[in-house]
Amino acid sequence: MSRGRFGAHGGQYIPETLMNAVIELEKAYDALKNDPQFVSELSELLNEYAGRPSRLYHAEKMTRDLGGAKIYLKREDLNHTGAHKINNVLGQALLAKKMGKTRLIAETGAGQHGVATATAAALMGMKCVVFMGEEDTIRQALNVYRMRLLGAEVVPVRTGTATLKDAVSEAMREWTSRISDTHYCLGSVMGPHPFPTIVRDFQAVISREIRTQILEKEGKLPDAVIACVGGGSNAIGSFYHFIQDPGVRLIGCEAAGRGVDTFETAATIATGRPGIFHGMKSYFCQDKYGQIAPVYSISAGLDYPGVGPEHAYLHDIGRAEYVPVTDEQAVCAFEYLARTEGIIPAIESAHAVAYAMELAPKMSREQVIVITISGRGDKDCAAIARYRGEDLHE
Amino acid sequence: MSRISTAFEKGKAFIAFITCGDPDTETTAAAVRAAVRNGADLIELGIPFSDPTAEGPVIQGANLRALQGGITTDRIFDLVRDLRRDITIPLVFMTYANVVYSYGTEAFLAASEEIGIDGLILPDVPFEEKDEFLSACRRHGVDLISFIAPTSEQRISMISKEAEGFLYIVSSLGVTGTRSEITTDLSSMVRLVREATDVPCAIGFGISTPEQAAKMASIADGVIVGSAIIKLLEKYGKDAPDVIGRYVRSMKEAIR
Repeated sequence: MSRGRFGAHGGQYIPETLMNAVIELEKAYDALKNDPQFVSELSELLNEYAGRPSRLYHAEKMTRDLGGAKIYLKREDLNHTGAHKINNVLGQALLAKKMGKTRLIAETGAGQHGVATATAAALMGMKCVVFMGEEDTIRQALNVYRMRLLGAEVVPVRTGTATLKDAVSEAMREWTSRISDTHYCLGSVMGPHPFPTIVRDFQAVISREIRTQILEKEGKLPDAVIACVGGGSNAIGSFYHFIQDPGVRLIGCEAAGRGVDTFETAATIATGRPGIFHGMKSYFCQDKYGQIAPVYSISAGLDYPGVGPEHAYLHDIGRAEYVPVTDEQAVCAFEYLARTEGIIPAIESAHAVAYAMELAPKMSREQVIVITISGRGDKDCAAIARYRGEDLHE
Repeated sequence: MSRISTAFEKGKAFIAFITCGDPDTETTAAAVRAAVRNGADLIELGIPFSDPTAEGPVIQGANLRALQGGITTDRIFDLVRDLRRDITIPLVFMTYANVVYSYGTEAFLAASEEIGIDGLILPDVPFEEKDEFLSACRRHGVDLISFIAPTSEQRISMISKEAEGFLYIVSSLGVTGTRSEITTDLSSMVRLVREATDVPCAIGFGISTPEQAAKMASIADGVIVGSAIIKLLEKYGKDAPDVIGRYVRSMKEAIR
């Protein structure tokens, strides 16, 4: 069995052309991850540039309104660039720079990872090319503009379903054609080893902070941590430092789109089965012959037919629970959090809020829930207005 | 020794890649027969995949057309069964890991053996992952073909030592597709391969003209042509087989 396994999942299912690139990346990461200078440069960037640590906010009105568990929001939306994506990107960009790379390429769905990569490239003086499904460039036109403003080239991907999975495929194709000066800054805990591990380690700052913050505020660990799952980077980041604490329920919210009993869904663990795609073994939405299924969600960031291999493993061993949340539930939660707490979450994060709204009333007032608000919702306002039948002219 | 070695016994081998079901299985069967009649020594039969990450736009297009035409792995097995009534040269499947894994690796290879498939090419299965597929391949007498890329460097020896069937030498960085120029130092790559194995090697990716084919054949034991043939299918559709036959003849003559 190859390296980078999470139970049966993970691995390195990529063309031979890329093998030395991932081996070189793994070596560089292993050499640097505990290097005091690398660690201190990265924390400097995370704290002074990205604004960490992010707040753990007690959502008092929401708690009172739902009438159950005490709710805290982990405010990744307050990070620079407006989402958790920057945690991983600063780490990878710094790593790439130390490896002598001068060019970053990335895929993006909602555009948050693309914006974060373009930002890091601008900061570190690197070139940047972002692949984005054409469908998503329309849904997220503002983010396309932001990336260009930051100096990145945005390549609309027209193949396949013209969404996130096709952007990943195109970025992988680009990487096979240009390796020596280019680092593929993968945006989620997916792809071939060592990406799921590297991205998880860089996102684990979320649960490291939650742990410290909740112990300060409550003197105990939370009863549940809830996060949305597409590829699963903010979720694994939120779960990681609680995996060894069986008392903490870990709940990942998948995008069910129009429902798990329809074909318009992106809920991989609910509707997929084991497969091999984009460099990894994991669960994928696919037909009986292994053709990857077109998936759908209102959220461009969760619109992916697979899930990171570590999530597949946490599901297999029953350590984390994965629940489907529909477009309608997510939109209601999006509006609810805006009205109740004055916080407009990303539509991705609204999937986690939606499930918390169901769960909290069933829990006692002594119990504590942490919801990760992975990003801010400004980018989604036009799409949600459209969902509600209102056409905004941006 | 597998049947694949016979492809390399009559001088330099010409290997044609054809995506099954593009635009339909009748055309695929006719194209394969035309290629064989005109001198192809081995046929790579592509089983389409929805998201072929190692392919350029031409073969991506073929995969899409074939899937839209309703092709499935089972129908391709039927197609090969039909081809094997008269075709005796080696046939290999080229597809992606998920097509095999999702079908059930054991079931896929048992069927491959039954219909007379000699080898399997999985571009997203590198050396490190091959064991997962190798045991079923061995059980059913199917060679698992390995790749050597321009970036393989110190991996060439390790890969070559365990190679079977033939070695697929990737001519250039990037994905499949025709190229006006191939700049990789292929002679050095092939020399390293020869130091480690007697398994024949064939160069693919980017070859479309008789001149390129002749040059590549002077370096290796065979040449693999995919996108150039798929372009003919894209252009001529059901009328492509005759054109493909003439094209294969010109390429085979160039490498003799």
